[in-house]
Formats: sequence, C-alpha cells, structure tokens
Amino acid sequence: MSAGSGYHTAAAGAHGAESTEPPVRLNVEQASYAYHARGNAAPVFTLGATSFVARQREIVAILGPNASGKSTLVGLISGALKPLSGRVELEGFETSRLDPRTRAQRIAVVHQESPLLFPARTGEYVLQGRHPHGKSLRFATEEDVVIAENALAQVGAKHLRDRWMHEISGGEKQRIILARALAQQPILLLLDEPTLHLDIGAQVDLLERLQQLAHENRYTVIIVTHELSLAAEFADQVVLLHRGKCLRVGTPAEVFNRELLEQVFEAPLEVAIGPEGRPRVHIRGVRYAVKR
Amino acid sequence: MKPLTFRRLAWICASLLAVLFAAVVLALKLGAVPISMTDLVINLARVAVGKNAQLSSDYRLIIFDLRLPRIILGMLVGGALSVSGAGFQALLRNPLADPYVLGVSSGAALGAIIALIAAPQLPLVVPAAAFIGATATIAAVYFLGRREGQLDSTTLLLAGIITASFLSALIIFLMTTLAGRELRGMAFWLMGDLSTPLPASLRWIFGVGLIVGVGAIYSTAADLNLITTGEREALHLGVEVTRVKLVVYISASLLTGLAVAVSGAIGYVGLLVPHVMRLLFGSDYRVLIPTSVIGGAIAIVIADTLARTVVAPTELPVGAMTAMAGAPVFIYLLRRRLP
Repeated sequence: MSAGSGYHTAAAGAHGAESTEPPVRLNVEQASYAYHARGNAAPVFTLGATSFVARQREIVAILGPNASGKSTLVGLISGALKPLSGRVELEGFETSRLDPRTRAQRIAVVHQESPLLFPARTGEYVLQGRHPHGKSLRFATEEDVVIAENALAQVGAKHLRDRWMHEISGGEKQRIILARALAQQPILLLLDEPTLHLDIGAQVDLLERLQQLAHENRYTVIIVTHELSLAAEFADQVVLLHRGKCLRVGTPAEVFNRELLEQVFEAPLEVAIGPEGRPRVHIRGVRYAVKR
Repeated sequence: MKPLTFRRLAWICASLLAVLFAAVVLALKLGAVPISMTDLVINLARVAVGKNAQLSSDYRLIIFDLRLPRIILGMLVGGALSVSGAGFQALLRNPLADPYVLGVSSGAALGAIIALIAAPQLPLVVPAAAFIGATATIAAVYFLGRREGQLDSTTLLLAGIITASFLSALIIFLMTTLAGRELRGMAFWLMGDLSTPLPASLRWIFGVGLIVGVGAIYSTAADLNLITTGEREALHLGVEVTRVKLVVYISASLLTGLAVAVSGAIGYVGLLVPHVMRLLFGSDYRVLIPTSVIGGAIAIVIADTLARTVVAPTELPVGAMTAMAGAPVFIYLLRRRLP
C-alpha cells in the first residue's frame, strides 16, 4: 500500500509530546480494504492505508465527498469488514475478530435510518439496544428498562417514549435511534452520516448532544459526515478522505486548508479561522456570479 | 414504557387457548349431522372419565373418528403455516410474504406429488419431498426476486406469484397425464383440504417436525425483532444475521413442507394470521410466534367448520374458505403498505 502513505504523519506527531492525555481507545493502524465485484477480478474500490488514533471523550469526524471511502472506513472500524492489511483495535482487541455480541457491547453504530418492516413503539425500539447484553429469549429486566429510560432522557426524548416510530419527525427519530445506541452502553459511538435528513437546527442539536455525551459518558465518538461546518465546529480531530485515500489527519485547524478542501470537494470555498481557533468554511459565490 | 414480560405473554396465550377451545367445541358440534350441546358435553365427559364403553356408536363415529382427527389435523396445519408465514415475512423483509403467495406451498405440493408417483410405498418420502420442494422454491423465488443484488419487495412478490402459477401448471399436468393412478383429488393439492385424515405412519414425523420447526424459529424470536428493523442494524446489535436467516429459512420450509404433505396448499393462513396477531398484540416476535401457532389453529378450525357446513352435506376444500378471507386482506395490505 504505497499510495497515501506519506499523508498521515499528523496523527503520530500531534500526540507524541503530551503525556497527560487519556490512553488510546481506538487505534486504526495502516488499515486498508478492497471491494471485489467478482472473485479474481480487479477491485472496484479500494481504501488505501489509513491511520489515526482516538481517545475517550474525543469526537473524530471522518470527512470526504461521496465515494471517498467513508462507509468503508466505518465498516472497518465497526468490525463488519476485516482489513485487507493493517489493523483496527479497540482497547487492544481487533474489532473484526470480536464475536458480534461482544462487539455490540462495545461499539454502537448509528446508520441513516432504515425503514421499519412493522410498526414499533419508540420504547421497544430503544430497548432493542439491550439485546447484546441479554439472555437467550431476552425479556427485558428492570435494569434494562432503567437504562433505556436514561438513554431516552439523555437524548431529551423522554416525552416520546410511547409514541409510534412512524409518527414522529425525522429529528425525533434520529434521537430515538441515538438513544438505542446509548442503551447498548458502548465505549465507541460510530455514526454514519446521521445528519443526512436533518434540517440545520436538528443537525446542531444532535452534534451538541454528542459533544455532551462524549464528555459525560466518556464515549469516543466517530462521526461520518460531509458537512464541513459541523465537523469544523464540533470535531476534535478530522480524518479527510478522497477517492479511497486518507489525505490528512489532524485538528480541524490543521486539516481545513482552502486549496485542499477546494480540490477534494470540487467547490469554491473560503476558510477563515474563528475566534476560538476553529475554522469556518463558506461557499464562495463565484459559480453563481459567472453563470449570471 | 411497558416491556414484554413472561407474565403478559402467558396471559395472551391463555386467552387465545380459551378461544381455540371454544372453536374446537363448536367444530365438534356443527356439521352435516348437528349434535346438541348437551349430548356433546355428556359424551366428552364420558371420555374424560374413561367410560368409553358408554358411548353410542354414532357419536363415537362422528365425534371421535371423523370430526376430532380432522380438527387436530387442522390445528397442526394452521399453526405450521402461520409460523412459517411469520418467519418468511421477517426473512424476506416483506410483510406480504406467505408460503402460498410465494409459491412455496406449490413447490411442496409438486414435490409431494412426484414422490407419490415415484415411490408411493414409502410414506416418509412424501413429507421429505414436500420439504425439498419448499426449500428449492423459496431459494428460486429469492434469487428471482432480486434486482441489482437487492431484494425488491414487488419483484419478490411477482416472482412468487409467477412461480406458484408455473408450479400449479406442472401439478395439473402431472395429475392429468397420470389420471387413474391412486392420487387424491386435484383440489387437495391445489386448494388445500383436510378431509383426508393424517396417516398413522406420518403422525410422529409430523408432530416432531412441527415442534422442532416452531421451536427453532421461536429460539430466534428476539433476533428476528431486530432483523425486521434492518439487517445491518441487527448485525451491529450483535445478531448473527446469517445464522438466524438460515435457521428461519430451513424451519419455515420444513413447516410448509409438512403442512402441504398432509393437507395440500392451503393459502393465505400464513399471511392473515400473523397480521391479525400483530394488530392484536404488537409486532414482537416473542409474542408473534406463539400467538401465531394458536391463532393459526383457531383460523383453520373455523375455516374448516365453515367449509363443512355452509353448503352441507357437500364440503368445500378448506383452502377455498381461507382464500376467500385471505385474498381481500392481501389486497388491503398491499394497498396500505404498512409503515
């Protein structure tokens, strides 16, 4: 895997000096993957060697345009995919080698919502998060109910607990899905484009909540998004992917370079540094002006 | 939040069993020869206290030799088909899945007929061939029902319906060319019928197969709940999706194969009963599986009683009754497309 190997020195360099930092929780080390359409055919998509580390209470944003390898990286981190080379370790265990139940006790994955086959109540849905902790037939215990209720409270959705899933709004649904992930009591929270169908208010609300949760529950939060502004505002670290290569790893200020982002996202952008040292991304109105 | 408890499940099952008991009593009473409630109670009581000798030969014939075996057969078949339907619905992520609609029943019927023609002297061959027919059909429908690698709801249903009509044509072909052979009436396999009692040689295999099939599906009930909310989500919640799907696939095919081997292709029970149970008790598979067993038994007992009585002394095949009730429900569900 020679491609992309020169790019990700930022992660190793940034953490070398500090000794007070909490220990590494997630270690993605030179992990790569290749999809094959058929057995021996050339791969249709490859994700080049990617490396970064994440600690507790940290929010890492995986950023990149469509088809940049974000979902593949999610698959590798969640353990659903086994890396072609390199390794993905969660507290020292390779995620792809954990059995599904153990994995689900440590990693909660939130995808864009998928349609339900049959109507379900929000409370039942959140209780499903207790599945990896339960016994064979899995009747919910009192403890399970308390945990589920707390999860609902933590996402500010206690009032929604006896509603039908198909009757609540997109933003509310996203909170319920997040509550189910919290009910798993994981140490790593992995969110795959959770803001996709949300309006801007709900997006900010979700990210603020995640920030709070990461702090209170000591989660490590990995969030996949192509919302540049959200990543800039909320992430402690950014992993920038482009066409299956990991281009940069670092703080938003380190990664948000105008030329780089313009090249990756193929849009005229402007990057400014805000008062708190976080970058701000704006769209330059050039195209619009030219077309008029 | 009111999570499911064992207590609640037990209450639900007990009340359904009470309904089933009432349906059975009614089914014993009604028929071409009506029996008064007093006579029925007296005769049942005599059997219960072991005084069989006091039974009049008429009642013995009608109640215990004709009606009761047929009711028991109907209950077993109804339970098997309902659970199999509930299983297919989760497996294929399609609320309209049913062994009959998907062509699985026709596949099982074809298997059974071929076995009857090729080796009629071996009784176990018929249910085995019906099982193979069911598994092969669902595999074929599964692959025909995919579009660009994804299981497509509409394509799947169409694939099932086309497969069913193709297999039914094969059945008719075999029936016609082989007329004169000792085969049970065509309506038996095409419409489903309970008038032929369960051969003694099949009783054990049928009972054990039923318990194993239902038990295996029930053991995955908690996992199926998650699979119906999405396979990827289920995987991330610790469900071994591939294993669960394999268990449900084999068990549901087994249940369909067994039911068809003894009663032909009774349609829509596997669609109707799980949906009624969902409406009454929610979509939780831990409740749905046991309630479908009992609900399926109730449905068939009622349907068969109607089939025996509406145009008495002539009998309708029970499948005609279930289709008359089930087809409109299918259309309703298709148009409503559950959320």
